[in-house]
Amino acid sequence: MTLRQQVLVLYLANSALDSHVVGWSRYDGTGASQPTTGDSDEPPYPDGVAALRDGWRLIQASQLLPPQPGVEYGTSFLKHEFFFEKLSQDSSTLE
Amino acid sequence: MRTTTPPLLTSVQLARFVSHGYLRMDAVVPDEMNQEALKLLPHGMPGVPYGTQIADAYPEGSFPRRLLELPAVAGALQALVGPSPTVDHHAVHVREPHEGHAQALHGDAIIDVRPDAFDVQLMYYPQRVSPDMGGTLVVPGSHLRRTNESDTGRYQNLRGQTRLVCPAGTVLLLHHGIWHGGRRNDSDLRRYMFKIRFNPTVPQVRLWDTTGMADPEVAAELGRYFPWYETATARLEIYNRVLLWRALTGDPSFDIEHWVTRVTNRPGQRSHA
Repeated sequence: MTLRQQVLVLYLANSALDSHVVGWSRYDGTGASQPTTGDSDEPPYPDGVAALRDGWRLIQASQLLPPQPGVEYGTSFLKHEFFFEKLSQDSSTLE
Repeated sequence: MRTTTPPLLTSVQLARFVSHGYLRMDAVVPDEMNQEALKLLPHGMPGVPYGTQIADAYPEGSFPRRLLELPAVAGALQALVGPSPTVDHHAVHVREPHEGHAQALHGDAIIDVRPDAFDVQLMYYPQRVSPDMGGTLVVPGSHLRRTNESDTGRYQNLRGQTRLVCPAGTVLLLHHGIWHGGRRNDSDLRRYMFKIRFNPTVPQVRLWDTTGMADPEVAAELGRYFPWYETATARLEIYNRVLLWRALTGDPSFDIEHWVTRVTNRPGQRSHA
């Protein structure tokens, strides 16, 4: 059997993993779903810890970086990005 | 080009544009023009050179010219980019039925951080857009973020995003920086949108109906939070709106909850003369 990765990206209200979700993205290595831009208005979880409780494994969290001098008031990308994964066994892809 | 004075936007509407980054006008284009557009748009629109005056880009009586002469459209454009903007470019956008994918979330052109000027993009929808037709995704309050084109493509969904569903004849006017994208069209119909980008040719200062500048709704709009904002960054968004409102009004003392005044107060820098 082959392991396939499902990826969930949550954007949170602050740097704490238990703060609420403000944005989300999904990528599905099993091919069972085709998530895309603008496909839902409600997040899959209320906060990051809720994703852990549902079996998602945290694999990356964005660093806390000080603002660059001179552009402290500028806004750009979302700061609090958390990557999760689930591994799914796909019995249909025997090698 | 116009013989009557179009209705300008109010101060509250302008403040709403500054907070949201766009203005939506439902069904402002009459049905006979929508039907005409649906015959024209499948054939595309001939291009015009960048920076062409409206009168030269769109001859009297042409469809785009009549679209821009509709009072609601003309008045809103005049309030945002002044009386004589030039046409940057235009394009017919099509979302094909069952195409299977969406556009990545993006801002048009390249990163554009002008503090005292902005372009406006008109998006015109000649047909009713139902929920499954892939109506444009727009992220309210994203226009002042400093990002470049589709570098935001990783973001699929943000709380408070708007997935356009609208009646035929709807027009959006958007700040150049707004995050947006054509969504996946899961319907059986081709979805059309006609877009024109305008460049201002005059300072964008007090171009609207300024009689309501003191309306409390102005400050309420400029201080609005959106659900996708991170807690701390939301305050910076308001800070940046204050700077834009100061540029648009010519009032360097305007503020919301002291956000700008507090962090620019440097008594030691004042003249002792």
